[in-house]
Amino acid sequence: MARVKLAEIAFARSGDKGDRSDLGVFAPAGPYVEQVYEVLKAEVTADRVKELFGEFVLGEVTRYEVDNIHALKFVMEQALGGGGPRSLRADNLGKAFGGAVQRLEIEVPDELLAALGPRPQPAPDPYATSTWVTR
Amino acid sequence: MSAVRIAGGQGFYGDAPGPIADLLTEKPDYVVLEALAELTLAILNKDRRRDETLGYTRDLPLYLMQTLPAVLEGKTKVITNAGGINPRAAAQMVTKAAERFGMRGFTVATVVGDDVLGQPDLLPSDFPSPESLAFANAYLGARPVVEALEQGADLVITGRVADAALFLAPLVHEHGWAWDDWDKLASGMLVGHLLECSGQVTGGNHAGRWWEVPEPWRFGFPLADVAADGSATIFKPEVSGGRVDYDTVRQQLLYEVHDPSAYLTPDVVVDMTTLHFDDLGDDRVRVSGVTGKPATDTYKLVGAVEEGYASDLSIAFGWPDAPAKARAAADIARKRIAEAGLALDEWHTELFGVNALHGPAVNLDEVGQPSEVVLRMAWRGADRDAVDQVPRHVIPLGLSAPPSGFSSAGRGRPKSSALMRIHTALIDKAAVDQGVRVHVEKI
Repeated sequence: MARVKLAEIAFARSGDKGDRSDLGVFAPAGPYVEQVYEVLKAEVTADRVKELFGEFVLGEVTRYEVDNIHALKFVMEQALGGGGPRSLRADNLGKAFGGAVQRLEIEVPDELLAALGPRPQPAPDPYATSTWVTR
Repeated sequence: MSAVRIAGGQGFYGDAPGPIADLLTEKPDYVVLEALAELTLAILNKDRRRDETLGYTRDLPLYLMQTLPAVLEGKTKVITNAGGINPRAAAQMVTKAAERFGMRGFTVATVVGDDVLGQPDLLPSDFPSPESLAFANAYLGARPVVEALEQGADLVITGRVADAALFLAPLVHEHGWAWDDWDKLASGMLVGHLLECSGQVTGGNHAGRWWEVPEPWRFGFPLADVAADGSATIFKPEVSGGRVDYDTVRQQLLYEVHDPSAYLTPDVVVDMTTLHFDDLGDDRVRVSGVTGKPATDTYKLVGAVEEGYASDLSIAFGWPDAPAKARAAADIARKRIAEAGLALDEWHTELFGVNALHGPAVNLDEVGQPSEVVLRMAWRGADRDAVDQVPRHVIPLGLSAPPSGFSSAGRGRPKSSALMRIHTALIDKAAVDQGVRVHVEKI
C-alpha cells in the first residue's frame, strides 16, 4: 500500500445550492476504472471528507455511491459561509472544492499505482505552441 | 416520430451567445436557452422595480438575434426561461423588435405564474415576509411549456421553469409522452440536466485532463438526439471544439445533484443509478436506462432576503516571508478598525497563494515559502456606512505596515454590496398551478 493524494487517481467537480456544496468524485475512464472505483469506495468516506474540510463545512456530509458511473457523490451542509450570495469567501460558491477534496490522503495498492503510472499533468503553458486548430 | 434534436444554447445569464451559430449548423429542432441561476431573479426583480418594462435577462436580445433567423425560416424553435421575473415584458420587447425589423409569421408564447411574491397568500407561513423578500418563485415544470408548443409557439419565454424541464417539454410535445410515463419523463429530464449548463458537459470545467480538450477558444455547446423510447445521444457540433466523452458527461450528470437515486424535479423523480452511458467515440455518448418515479405534489420555492452589506479589499505581499507579512497586515487592519469603533458583524481574511480557495484542506507544512501571496479581507455589517468606512482605516497600511506590493485600494475605494440569504421551501403544486397562464401571440 502507498499513501498518496486522491488527485493521483481521481478527479472531482463541485457544485452549489444555497449553503450546500456537492462534490462528484470520479474514477477516470480507462482500463482500471473498476479498481480505482473500489479504492474510492473504501478510502473516501463521508467522515474523512468532513474532517478534511474542517471549519469550512459546519454541517453534515452525506455520501452516495453511484456504482453505475464509477463515482461517489458527497453532499455537504452549511458549507459555503451562509450560501453563495451571503458568503464573505472569495470562492463563495465553492467552485474550487473539487480540487480541495483531491488533497485527501488515501491508501492505494502499489500494483494499481504502478499500473496507472504517474498522474497526467498539463504542460506549464498548455497552448503556448498551439496552432489554434488542434482537431 | 424519429429522434428529436435539442441544443443547449445557454447555461447562465452572461454566457456566450457565440456558440449558437455552431449549434445551428447541426440543425436542431429546438434550441433551449437556460438563463436563470439561483439568484438571478433577485437581480431581475431589482430591474423591474426600477422599470416595469424590464425584468428579463438583458442579453436575451443577443440570443434572439442569433436564433430568430432560423426560427423565421421554420428550421428551429426556441424555448427559454430568460423571461425571468417579467416574461410578458420580454415578449413585448420581441414584438417591438419584430415590428421594427419587419419580421412576422411567428408565434411567441409566455408562461407566467411562477412569481409567488405576486400572490403572497401562497407563501408558506414559515417563509420570510413578502416585504422582506427580494423575490420568491416556484420552479414550474414542463407542462405549461408543452401547452405553449401545442398552441403553435415558435418561441416560448418563461420565468422560473426548472432548467431541465425546459428541455423535457419539446420531447413530451414531439414524442407524445404521457404525464405518468415516469421512465420516459425521467429520461427527458435527465437529458435536460445534461444540457442545461451549456459547455459544462462538452469539456468545460473538466477536472480530468482539461488540457486535452480541443480548441477551447471555440467551445462547442451540447446537443442531444432523443429517441421516442427516451434513450439519447449527447454530442457537440462537428465544427466546434470541446469534448464529449464518458468523463465529461459524468461530471455534468452529478453536478448540483443531491441523492442521485431521487433527483427531485417538478415533473418526475429521476433515478440516475439505473442509467448506462455508452461512449461511442467521436464526441458522442449514448445514455439509456434512465428510470423515474412519480412526481411529488409540491414545487420547490426559492426566495432571498437581504442580509447586511459587505465589501472587500486585497493587498499583495512578495517574498521573503510573504504569508507572515500578510497575516500581520490583516491583524493590524483589524486592530485599527476595532479602535475606530466601526460596528461590523463579520470579518474574514484569506491568503491567496496559501489557502484562500481550499481552506482547512491545505496542509500548511506543504506550502513552504510562496513567491507571493495576496491578502483578501472582507467584512459584513448591518450598517452600510460602517461597512463603507472600513477602507479608510485599511488604506494607510500602504505606508504603515509590513512592505507590500499591489493593493486594490490604490485603484479606488471598494463599493459595498448587499448580501442575500437564500430561503427554500416546498409549495403545494395545485395552488400554484391555479395561477399559471400561457399567453400566445402571433406576430
